[in-house]
Amino acid sequence: MNRSAIDLWVGVFVVTGIAALLFLALKVGNLATFSSGQAYQVFAKFANIGGLKARAPIKSAGVVVGRVASIRFDNESYEAIVEMNLDAQYQFPRDTTAKILTSGILGEQYVGLEAGGDGVMLKSGDRLRLTQSAVVLENLISQFLFSKASEAKDTGKEPAKEPAK
Amino acid sequence: MIVPREKIVQQLRERLERLGSRVTSIVWRLGFASRFLYYLVMHSGTALRRFRLTVAEVYFAGVLSLVIILVSGLFVGMVLALQGYETLQRFGASESLGVLVALSLVRELGPVVAGLLFASRAGSAITAEIGLMKATEQLSAMEMMAVDPVARVVAPRFWGGVISMPLLAALFSAMGIFGGYLVGVQLIGVDAGAFWSQMQAAVDLRNDIMNGVIKSVVFGIAVTWIAVFEGYDAPPTAEGVSRATTRTVVTSSLAILALDFVLTALMFTGGNTK
Repeated sequence: MNRSAIDLWVGVFVVTGIAALLFLALKVGNLATFSSGQAYQVFAKFANIGGLKARAPIKSAGVVVGRVASIRFDNESYEAIVEMNLDAQYQFPRDTTAKILTSGILGEQYVGLEAGGDGVMLKSGDRLRLTQSAVVLENLISQFLFSKASEAKDTGKEPAKEPAK
Repeated sequence: MIVPREKIVQQLRERLERLGSRVTSIVWRLGFASRFLYYLVMHSGTALRRFRLTVAEVYFAGVLSLVIILVSGLFVGMVLALQGYETLQRFGASESLGVLVALSLVRELGPVVAGLLFASRAGSAITAEIGLMKATEQLSAMEMMAVDPVARVVAPRFWGGVISMPLLAALFSAMGIFGGYLVGVQLIGVDAGAFWSQMQAAVDLRNDIMNGVIKSVVFGIAVTWIAVFEGYDAPPTAEGVSRATTRTVVTSSLAILALDFVLTALMFTGGNTK
């Protein structure tokens, strides 16, 4: 095989190899869908974040508008501080509510934003005042049991757990 | 039966000596191979300046491995889609087929299987070629003409392999995802939009794709290093060359699997719990 044919084939090989890498990066990975270049950061404090993880989606009306950048523990208020990167093309009022929700019953957790009515929009570095923590299954069950127990106490069918007042 | 005490001590001593000499020779070989790699990298000037030498080796190691890499990638992706669908569909999650195929290929199967194929297709050829050159005293002849055989023969093959391997792994993964798409979407009928969008949502550029590329680069260096070293170190006989070729395939396959475990442990345990 002569030289130019080898060069040609190697050229084809390198180009297809790089094309495969680009395919993986653009079509398979999520490079193109969300770039952190045009994003602004807002913070929110939660009493309990449940299973929220960094890079979890932030959705408003079901549309992904950003991603969780980092999660820290605040040693003064004993709450979790969630830093969120929101896409710059989506603006939210200052009194937006942030909730930690779960997609499906066993799905991953995400931050849901519910827009408020304020005329002033959120800026980079702002903090969301209105938050709602993740629902922890154990708390839910214990609340349910307590309400059942107090129901029983009211109707007097079953002996109450605590001594009667 | 009573064995004299001296005899037992003697036997024990011989066994220990054998073990010791084996360990010493392994360490010695490892050190020799490391010094060989250092010398090789230091004398790569010719291979990189006269780049045509390396290009010819990219042709032998990379272009000629294309067929086996592309065909195996396609079939691995197709089988992954078939098997994955069986399991996912039981949990009503058949839309996640794209995620399963893409993550398995990009993180693990792409670099590892491409590396194993590369070791048996190109690594063995490199060892046999260099070993035969040594057996037929071509390397000595070069030295007589004041041409450094490491710089002229070994280094271009090393760099050719190191360049080819990441490209082959990327092609393998891309082809596998295409195969998964063919079976999952075209044959079984998973929704094409869900296939691609769930894949794009789950595969991360840095965590998954870059780590896969890093793996393939490491495997490329390991396989080609083993191949050129075994060839250069082979006893200059027909038997020696054939043994060295076998050893290349065995050692580099084991090296790939062991390195894969180490790299996976480093990459995917720290990153995911964050």
